Amino acid sequence: MFYIHCPYCGEHREEEEFHPKGQAHIARPEDPAACSDEEWGDYLFFRDNPRGIHHELWVHAVGCRKFFNVTRNTVTYEILETYKMGEQPSITAEYSDGRPAQDAADQASLREGVRA
Amino acid sequence: MQRYSGFGLVKHALSHHENWQRQWRNPTPKKAYDVIIVGGGGHGLATAYYLAKEHGIKNVAVIEKGWLGGGNTARNTTIVRSNYLWDEAAALYEHSMKLWEGLSQDLNYNVMFSQRGVMNLGHTLQDMRDIQRRVNANRLNGIDSEVITPERIKELVPVIDTSKNARYPILGASWQSRAGVARHDAVAWGFARAADAHGVDILQQTEVTGFKIRDGRAYGVHTNLGDVEAKTIGCVAAGNSGVLAKMAGIKLPLESHPLQALVSEPLKPVLDTVVMSNHVHGYISQSDKGDLVIGAGIDGYNGYGQRGSYSTVEHTLQAIVEMFPIFSRVRMNRQWGGIVDTCPDACPILSKTKVKGLFFNCGWGTGGFKATPGSGHVFAASLAKGEMHPIAAPFSIDRFNTGALVDEHGAAGVAH
Repeated sequence: MFYIHCPYCGEHREEEEFHPKGQAHIARPEDPAACSDEEWGDYLFFRDNPRGIHHELWVHAVGCRKFFNVTRNTVTYEILETYKMGEQPSITAEYSDGRPAQDAADQASLREGVRA
Repeated sequence: MQRYSGFGLVKHALSHHENWQRQWRNPTPKKAYDVIIVGGGGHGLATAYYLAKEHGIKNVAVIEKGWLGGGNTARNTTIVRSNYLWDEAAALYEHSMKLWEGLSQDLNYNVMFSQRGVMNLGHTLQDMRDIQRRVNANRLNGIDSEVITPERIKELVPVIDTSKNARYPILGASWQSRAGVARHDAVAWGFARAADAHGVDILQQTEVTGFKIRDGRAYGVHTNLGDVEAKTIGCVAAGNSGVLAKMAGIKLPLESHPLQALVSEPLKPVLDTVVMSNHVHGYISQSDKGDLVIGAGIDGYNGYGQRGSYSTVEHTLQAIVEMFPIFSRVRMNRQWGGIVDTCPDACPILSKTKVKGLFFNCGWGTGGFKATPGSGHVFAASLAKGEMHPIAAPFSIDRFNTGALVDEHGAAGVAH
């Protein structure tokens, strides 16, 4: 059972108040009609499915009904942060130079680096 | 391979069952094979078996990072049926159903396939319209399927509550009498033993860590036990397919979710068929051992931890108790979760990729067990010929870009 902090309500609430809505930060193409089949298909269906840190969209369905973002580890299920729509995550699976974090220990040290 | 028979059982009894042959070897990997199958679940083993048996390709390795029967093959609720709506999916699952019907004899291994029938309940008018549409589609595809009334449901399953007082009254159901259940780990072991007998090397505790790709062509894999080469590689890795695809530089439209099931304490025989409900979301059967086998839905979030959330189980049990008030005091024994790779259209991916020689068979989501022999059969034919088998062709990964989806959410929604 997750205990999720809604960044709008400012409170921790039980998982059952929320619905997960898939990967976060997917921008709709500016001009859908101009997309190739490949671009449009990728936008609609292809998602990151990482083992480890994942940014996802949740909705506080029976609370404030607002959408927000969650950074969560898909192996340990630890919720690392929640943040409002339009904001960027402070914890990511990559180093600032784009190099991916290799394992859980790596990710943990990254996280500490961010928080410090 | 020593054949199993009633006579053999008597013969071995005389020697106190001490001389049974090992079911499969534990070989050391060769440097090269004709075909490598990545993933030793039911689908992977079935693929290897049919490659050897039907296509004469016996120089095959099945590479499994864990052990046989350690993944979803032995973690599911064992339901086998073929009443899918669309022609493409119906062809695939019915192909599988026909193989199930002769599988125990074919493998010389009792997979305990029991055609005890499966019913999908309808609780609303719209449910019933969808059921009628699906049954009609099934019949046009030559699949046995019928719409049954609450009275007939009550005859088949006396313990179900078909009264009008239920919160979600049962208005009818679709019924496939050829459908049923099978013994899941016997399926893994049976295919492994039969494949091994044809000379297939099953490499357990061997993890693929990367692909050897040159000029857009795959020619082998890196493993923790060294490199193994083959010109044709089939990846059948269920929940971990996305991780493998990433190693090959391919993106798959898959999301991995935890899916749970649970079994009760053993009871005397009370339920001799399989009952599923999309609307209240629960499905239940009784195993030969006597325990009730109950399947829940997937957790909505992505996850690789082999466990699910409590609220999902609670929700499923509410539905079960609503349909079967008699089970309200049954105690649950065990609960577990597996990782399923779900596709946006609830249909699998059987496909070539942009890397030549590298094929994927994945995305079976919540209902891959029923397709085990059929999936292996058509995937083996595709690997042998280098072109997708006609039954597999509609399940190309290209469909997510062309838009030719096979939307089976209605038929696959709860049915695992």
